[in-house]
Amino acid sequence: MSPIISVQSLDKTYEGGFQALKSVSLDIQEGEVFALLGPNGAGKTTLISTICGLVIPTGGSITIGGFDTQKDYRAARKLVGLVPQEMPTAPFEKVIDTVSFTRGLFGLKKKPELIEEILKDLSLWDKRNNPIMTLSGGMKRRVLVAKALAHEPKVLFLDEPTAGVDVELRRDMWRLVGELKRRGVTIILTTHYIEEAEEMADRVGVINRGEIILVDEKAALMQKLGRKELTIELVEPLGVLPEGLDGQAITLSDDRRHITYSYDAQAERTGVTKLVTALSQSGVRFHDLNTRQSSLEDIFVDLVKAKS
Amino acid sequence: MNFQAIKAIYFFEMARTMRTLMQSIVSPVISTSLYFVVFGAAIGSRISEVDGVSYGAFIVPGLIMLSLMTQSLSNASFGIYFPQFTGTIFEILSAPVSFLEITIAFVGAAATKSALVGAIILLTAAAFVDLEIQHPVWMLTFFVLTSVTFALLGFIIGIWADSFEKLQFVPLLIVTPLAFLGGSFYSISMLPPVWQTVTLFNPVVYLISGFRWSFYGQADVSLWVSLLMTGVFLAICLAVIGWIFRTGYKLKA
Repeated sequence: MSPIISVQSLDKTYEGGFQALKSVSLDIQEGEVFALLGPNGAGKTTLISTICGLVIPTGGSITIGGFDTQKDYRAARKLVGLVPQEMPTAPFEKVIDTVSFTRGLFGLKKKPELIEEILKDLSLWDKRNNPIMTLSGGMKRRVLVAKALAHEPKVLFLDEPTAGVDVELRRDMWRLVGELKRRGVTIILTTHYIEEAEEMADRVGVINRGEIILVDEKAALMQKLGRKELTIELVEPLGVLPEGLDGQAITLSDDRRHITYSYDAQAERTGVTKLVTALSQSGVRFHDLNTRQSSLEDIFVDLVKAKS
Repeated sequence: MNFQAIKAIYFFEMARTMRTLMQSIVSPVISTSLYFVVFGAAIGSRISEVDGVSYGAFIVPGLIMLSLMTQSLSNASFGIYFPQFTGTIFEILSAPVSFLEITIAFVGAAATKSALVGAIILLTAAAFVDLEIQHPVWMLTFFVLTSVTFALLGFIIGIWADSFEKLQFVPLLIVTPLAFLGGSFYSISMLPPVWQTVTLFNPVVYLISGFRWSFYGQADVSLWVSLLMTGVFLAICLAVIGWIFRTGYKLKA
């Protein structure tokens, strides 16, 4: 199946010489949730803005649904909804008017029942006649999402959807993403919160200094790069590690009651058996074992560090 | 053409006028009526006739032009500046809308508003003095051309401006003086010869002259020169807007 978004060798150099994107190539498959991770200033927003037509690329090409975003921009843009990171809203407009306005911009006839449904889904229906400036920050964010959905896009960009929002709204956003995915909408979100990517994404891309440094299935990524950590809780404090165990991967905690062993879960021999056997042979008694998979966050921090 | 989008932006802009009815419609009418009372009634009573027309009636076309120019300019410049200021311009720029459609919608709305104001002033003036319009078709032509041209100029200023100060700068410091010195309240022939020549460098002279001719058949410069100059001015605005679209100047990085 051909990808719904295809970015080929995309370059963007801003006036003044700052190179925000360096030959970025990326395919997004229809119906997937793609999380774009990266530190501040990595190029996440520039990439999204370029795909959505807000930034003119210096080189390369982008197609959305097979339509070139430069030559066939109308057809391409019709497929896309964008929720920007900043919260630009027309302060004096009523909620329902601004949402209907977006639908008009996309060349579509009025459809009040759809607007009602969207506003109800986002708990905005009661506020529909309020001017936007009277709403709280979280509510404004909901308005932006409602606007982005008003023209029934096939692709939805969420640029930092949960930056600075409360727990309730964050959960609502996650629920919404799940619901849209069920309806077949392709979602691309950028985030700092790795847990968000872990929670929602099918695939993860990592961007740093304008380059995509990794794209993979979330599960595969976590498997491939994910290391596991085994913590052994000792019955009595241990003076020193038994001989033969004082390798790099094994450490004794400061309180001398825990041994931590880091290993590759995918390896043929993980070394767990060897460790446990060695401990019992040395007469070290323990009353609990605990393993932990490293999170996307750990992976991400490692990746960004390694590249910079 | 994305007509739905043009409609959406146009009515969005018109709704803004309706929300700020006092500012958009009522205040220009009041201020123009004041001009009319002061220049027309108070001072005008001491000036007999200009080119065979009573002074009160003589200044009506100039007054209408003055408000068409300032209204078109401020409505269009504010209309496009404000979304940039709040950031909401992003959704217009990422929608399947061409620059041409964006311009038609914003400029159309601004021109409509100023035309409304102009029409109200014309009606208000008719209550004060006897008006005659000798060439209604030409009157309408100049009326529409001026609204559209100055709305285009305002649109350019609104895109160029990156502060409210700049937004006010051109209308206040350039257009208002040009309009006042362009013969809104006097005939060019009333000036000393040197100033008559200087005045001919003021583009507004041609607009007011042509417009006044359509009322009373009296003009400072010939009709065709007026029309030509208006056309040139319009063409310059269109060319600048064309350049803005090609380069994405200030709109797209």
